[in-house]
Amino acid sequence: MIERSHHDMGGLPAGPVERGEHDYAEWELRVDALMTLLTGVRSAKKLMTVDELRKNIEALAPDAYDTMSYYERWVISITQTLIQRGVITTEQLARKMLEVEKRGR
Amino acid sequence: MDVERKFRPGERVRVMKAYPLGHVRTPYYVRGCTGTIERLCGAFPNPEELAQMRDGLPARPLYRVRFLHRDLWPGYGGDPADVVEVEIFQHWLEAA
Repeated sequence: MIERSHHDMGGLPAGPVERGEHDYAEWELRVDALMTLLTGVRSAKKLMTVDELRKNIEALAPDAYDTMSYYERWVISITQTLIQRGVITTEQLARKMLEVEKRGR
Repeated sequence: MDVERKFRPGERVRVMKAYPLGHVRTPYYVRGCTGTIERLCGAFPNPEELAQMRDGLPARPLYRVRFLHRDLWPGYGGDPADVVEVEIFQHWLEAA
């Protein structure tokens, strides 16, 4: 039985906290905005909860959890949640990713 | 109707020492530990259920619980009066 989940690291040895402010990349702002809209701000349709965001972040494999940035974890979790809820399908996601990849070439 | 509150500020409580699957908001390091109710924060839908696409109702009491660090960490070397406060749902608590 796994008692301590990987993300549940309170009290474990760690380095100093980085206190500096930093700018966000454009895509990070978009991910934040997406989450705001999906959780039903200003009476928009509520398509997910912050608790589902956390559940799917906590479900990341330990090495992915450690190496991904904050908003990388968010975007993976949001995507997983929308597939679980049937808002998007895996096929739609695959096709869209191919389309975006072509656009970038 | 919200779930009825069981505890008052100043009462001693023990955190359930359990390790269920799923999304839980009770940190590992306080499970099985004893602390004191500091205040009632209100009643909120159960996040463990909200994480699984259910409504989490009825709302459950959430408390701020105060722990002495020396009760959490074996051999704690700081001030013996140092505390940490953690917000914990009622269903994780029992009278101590």
